[in-house]
Amino acid sequence: MRPDVQDQVFSIIAREALRDPSELSAEMTLEELGLDSLGLVEVIFAIEETFDVSVPFNANEPAATQFDMSSVGAIVTAVERLMSGGNPSSAVA
Amino acid sequence: MRRVVISGAGTINALAEGVAQTQAAMEAGRCAIGELAFRDVERLSIRIGAQIKGYDASARFTAQELALYDPFTQYALIAGAEAMAQAGLERAPDPARWGCIIGTAGGGHTTANNAYRAVFAEAKNRVHPLTVPKLMGNAAPSHLAIRFGLQGPSFAVATACASSNHAIGLAFQMVRSGMVEGMLAGGSEAMLNFGGLKAWEGLRVMSPDGCRPFSASRNGMVQGEGAGVFVIETLESATARGATPLAEIVGFAMTSDASDVVMPSLDGAAAAITGALADAGVAPEEVGYINAHGTGTAANDRIETAAIRQVFGAAAELVAISATKAMHGHCIGGTGAVELVACLMALRDGVIAPTIGYDTADPDCDLDYVPNVARRAEVGAALSNAFAFGGLNAVLALRRI
Repeated sequence: MRPDVQDQVFSIIAREALRDPSELSAEMTLEELGLDSLGLVEVIFAIEETFDVSVPFNANEPAATQFDMSSVGAIVTAVERLMSGGNPSSAVA
Repeated sequence: MRRVVISGAGTINALAEGVAQTQAAMEAGRCAIGELAFRDVERLSIRIGAQIKGYDASARFTAQELALYDPFTQYALIAGAEAMAQAGLERAPDPARWGCIIGTAGGGHTTANNAYRAVFAEAKNRVHPLTVPKLMGNAAPSHLAIRFGLQGPSFAVATACASSNHAIGLAFQMVRSGMVEGMLAGGSEAMLNFGGLKAWEGLRVMSPDGCRPFSASRNGMVQGEGAGVFVIETLESATARGATPLAEIVGFAMTSDASDVVMPSLDGAAAAITGALADAGVAPEEVGYINAHGTGTAANDRIETAAIRQVFGAAAELVAISATKAMHGHCIGGTGAVELVACLMALRDGVIAPTIGYDTADPDCDLDYVPNVARRAEVGAALSNAFAFGGLNAVLALRRI
């Protein structure tokens, strides 16, 4: 994981979860952090704005998403993959 | 039929936050109209309005709440909290039998304005993900329902400048008929932004220098913003809980001109006033105060005067009439609710708010408009007029209790 990406993703998730980034660890899930569906779309929006990427997430089919949000660390990896252009990003306008 | 009272009132508007503070400002004849301050205001030809100043949303709501609350929702929640507290309620006492109706013309207009700016002007390709639930017109009643546990009928009403009166009138009818036990009702508007004012100035009805209702020098309306929300319930339930009824709502009528979309109609307005009096069982001679629609446009004030004359006959000479929009601006969908605060002051405190900015008599507007200075008077019954673009009229009748 690139440290700068990790720091920024942790900071985004922490802000939405009303935690300090130091309380987060890579294996934590968004559920554990108490993020509801609105918090989730806020996280996705902040990621898109921060990294200038488009996250392929559809709230109607969260399971079908190609963006792994199973844990905080998985999100960091997924963001890195998006930044390297390794993932289709047409699912979200 | 059941007797229906207002047992709690709340407001935030450019005059003040709070009913007591707003009434004090109205009694003093204070004018909250001034220079507008927001992005791109220099591109407007109309640069005055009654804007709520010194308001810090982040001091009142969390970041998570603000992601969902457009200013019009914030104002409704602030007014609703004041009203509920005055009524002695933390939550709806019987959730399934309590609801909420909020009038608004623009809904989350500021949110829409900002989102359009982002995608059209700034060529951004995404807007905040919660833009839709934030801008929808029913956001205010929905968040009031969530906050206070109102699980009965809740919805928004959009009838432009009559939205608040329609909302309050419907709530009154629902409580009176027994359909519900109690309602939060009122209106909220927050359209003072570049896109909103740009649209309004195009209509050529806005004054560049001030709101002077019923005065010969009047040259248009001045827009305001804010909310008024009221707890409306039966007299029985209010007194059983130890709440103090502020006034009784006794009548309501609504009519449609079904003619011109912007030009007011004497017959439509008169029919709404007549209907409210008949519904209330109040004779014109009993009415001590009319809170006029009184926008300060040439057409409204002339036609409203003629409508009052037509319905009241000789009693028109005796009734005190005022247009408080000269103080708090035209709060569009929220205006009837803010103006109901003046009706409560007349009925409860015997103080009639003045029509400020009155400087020159107009032969077409020849009634008693309580010019410039508040007046003491015993008021047993009051009317609140609202005549909207679209030709939709809504008049409320209240009695002292």
